[in-house]
Amino acid sequence: METVRFMAWRFLQSLFALFCIITITFFLARAIPGSPFLDEKAVPAHLIDLMKAKYGTDQPLQIQYLRKIKSLLSGDLGPSYGNKGFTVNEIISQSWPVSALIGTVGLALALSIGIPIGVLAAANANTRIDYTLMTLAMAGICLPTFVIGPLLAKWLALEWKWLDVAGFENSTAWILASLTLGLYYSAYIARLTRGSMLDVLSRDFIRTATAKGVSRMAVLFKHAFRGGISPVVAYLGPALASIIAGSFVVESIFGLPGLGQHFVKAVTNRDYPLIEGTVTLLATLVLIMNFIVDMVQVWLDPRSTLKS
Amino acid sequence: MLNMINSSRSFNRVQSFIQQGTIKARAFVFVAVFFASCEKRESKVDRATREGILLLANGGEPKALDPHLVSSVGDSNILRALFEGLVTYDPTSDSVHAPGVAESWVPNADFSEWTFHLRNDAKWSNGDTVTAADFVYSYNRILHPDMAAPYASMLFFLKNGEAFNKGKITNFAEVGVKAVDPHTLVCTLEDPAPYFPDVVKHTTWLPIHGPTLEKFGKMTDHFTNWQKPGNHVSNGAFQLDDWKINAHVKVRRNPHYWDTANVKPNGINFLPIDNIYTEERAFRGGLIHYTYSLPSNMIEWYEKNQPEVLQIETYAGIYFLRCNTTKAPTNNVNFRKALAHAIDQEVIVKYVTRGGQKPASGFTPPSEGGYQPPNQIKFDPELARKYLKEAGYKSGADVPSFTILINTSEAHKAIAEAIQDMWKKHLGIKNVDLGNQEWKVFQQTIQDIKYDVARAGWIADYADPSTFLNMWKTGDSNNQTGWSNPEYDRLLKESAQLSKAEERYAKMFEAEKVLLNDSPVLPIYWYTRVYLISPDIENWNPLILDNHPYKHIGLRKGASTK
Repeated sequence: METVRFMAWRFLQSLFALFCIITITFFLARAIPGSPFLDEKAVPAHLIDLMKAKYGTDQPLQIQYLRKIKSLLSGDLGPSYGNKGFTVNEIISQSWPVSALIGTVGLALALSIGIPIGVLAAANANTRIDYTLMTLAMAGICLPTFVIGPLLAKWLALEWKWLDVAGFENSTAWILASLTLGLYYSAYIARLTRGSMLDVLSRDFIRTATAKGVSRMAVLFKHAFRGGISPVVAYLGPALASIIAGSFVVESIFGLPGLGQHFVKAVTNRDYPLIEGTVTLLATLVLIMNFIVDMVQVWLDPRSTLKS
Repeated sequence: MLNMINSSRSFNRVQSFIQQGTIKARAFVFVAVFFASCEKRESKVDRATREGILLLANGGEPKALDPHLVSSVGDSNILRALFEGLVTYDPTSDSVHAPGVAESWVPNADFSEWTFHLRNDAKWSNGDTVTAADFVYSYNRILHPDMAAPYASMLFFLKNGEAFNKGKITNFAEVGVKAVDPHTLVCTLEDPAPYFPDVVKHTTWLPIHGPTLEKFGKMTDHFTNWQKPGNHVSNGAFQLDDWKINAHVKVRRNPHYWDTANVKPNGINFLPIDNIYTEERAFRGGLIHYTYSLPSNMIEWYEKNQPEVLQIETYAGIYFLRCNTTKAPTNNVNFRKALAHAIDQEVIVKYVTRGGQKPASGFTPPSEGGYQPPNQIKFDPELARKYLKEAGYKSGADVPSFTILINTSEAHKAIAEAIQDMWKKHLGIKNVDLGNQEWKVFQQTIQDIKYDVARAGWIADYADPSTFLNMWKTGDSNNQTGWSNPEYDRLLKESAQLSKAEERYAKMFEAEKVLLNDSPVLPIYWYTRVYLISPDIENWNPLILDNHPYKHIGLRKGASTK
């Protein structure tokens, strides 16, 4: 019962947050100077007026807003101003699977590299192993994706010819993209895991377990691990949401048709419907992930309750 | 239980496999085969060459596949493959007019009325015949006020075209285009235009298939499904096969095209790669036949190591600065001239842009055997300082502060910094600032003429100097400097009445001198196109407008030897 009440409450909270985000995005997007109808070659003033009338942007903002909410409720995100062959729904349904694939694989890689490294470093705290691993992780955090990406492209694709350097259809370049994201995030996850594992390992119950003669492996994985990865899980929620919503940089480096590029290009083009569509999607993902994370954390750490 | 047995069995099998002495040999063979297969795998470009498919990087994602909704160069590349206009491009020269849907065309005595005779066998990709009425329908659509087509002004050549577009007249029958019979189209022009066949090659003059359009919506709708693969109908050498956003536009041979026997490629994949480093890597990785551009810092490497794939060609475009002639200090003609003559264009093309660009001594790029612009703007610090004195400044230090505005980009910034430095060095102007604005904000600022000096570029729409000179007429929407000179307007108007090319060019030359004397614009350099192209491509010739008719482009392994 308590769980149901908690879930219902969180659902309502999320809905309200989503509504606020959509409203703020709507007005912010239109507050940016510049117009979607301007072009490098000047468009005569009378044509700009005609286009505004055609697209309804000549109406008062509150009327445009009400129209927007109405169409959103029916699940229609509207046509894209910058890509006139597609609706925003079509753009998202074509692009999002690409980003979701790259992101999910990338994050899985990040976890499978980052967590073992973090645990290993914590288990060997302040030894040479620890220093080496953490230096590597620090380097990984400092190297942005636009440096790792082209490096991987150069070696894995152009020099050794294992993978394709760009493209999605019949192409292996998405693996490079996942790898780029995975390496970048794994460094952060490794440091996070190490820190919280060290924190847990210094607790009394660990000392008790060790004193009782529990083996080192059992202490690490049976007693410390669950508490140790709790911060990683908390971090994972928003990280997963943003990573599967696409990365502008990585998609641009490997020429991938993901959603990440639309976040940036929609703003550049003042493509209001696409801005609203992408932001709504990302916000929904973040809210869902946060909700899941809350549930998982209760399971991981029985001391925390649904109320907290 | 069963599972356990199974897993222990397979475990045993693995164990025995490992214990066999040949394991190293097996591993070696496996690895060797893996790498051999990697090495020998046919590259995408090789496969496409074999299958006759051109793989072309095309800058960004097209805005639409509807000729009445686009304006960019990349979009028009795709539309040129899908559609065919009355007159079309020749693979060897921009000044040659290849027959398209029209087999022949004749002007009247003063070039104000053109009669196009359409071929009988021109077909849409669904098998319908292309008729003169299709062209009338299309021109009605693009000019219709309800359509609000961004580039409708290209059809203001037609008599009453502008009046109809602005809603001053509502009956399209009054606009200067008539289908006399299904295969005869007559265009009556606002002003005589001896170069009209050049104009009708442009994307905005392509025909569209009315019945298809209206199957999915109203004539003037922007957002309907007619552009979707399977629905799209076109009349060019190719038809739409597939379109995925940010991934590709695939076009394949149109079996109904009248000249399909002479169409060389079986299809083209246009790839929207807007990261110039990514497309260069894609070229090196054997994924594309052609890059849309090349980063300037890589030109030198290709010149040295792979000159056979590097192309540097003259391109009909100019990089220049606009001056705001409505406010100080740039409202002073002598001051503008001082600025113009203090720019060392040679240094900019040699050390900043590095792509073989030519210093612009006039505004209109010179064309071989055609129009030559006045050779007037030259780097001359002495002359520049003289003009500065005449502008009423004892020294550059007295000049009030002003800003060079650019749209945010490293390339523009480098050029603007060089110019800022030159004005400091040669004129002693201390108060030149650099300002940058995001693209759409920049466009708004330019349109509202709220800048001092701003960067600009212009690319020819068609092969005639008027595409560079008409924009400086009083009140033209592309003028955006506040500059106006009745003498200039008069000379251009007179030039439009002249039918002989030499006489027209002479008048335009006079007009351009007026423009350069007043210097509302400071020419910097004439463009080049710098790109990479696979040796498999044949019959790809340098074209000053860069509008390649794809049906003539052949594909053969190692075909071209430079």
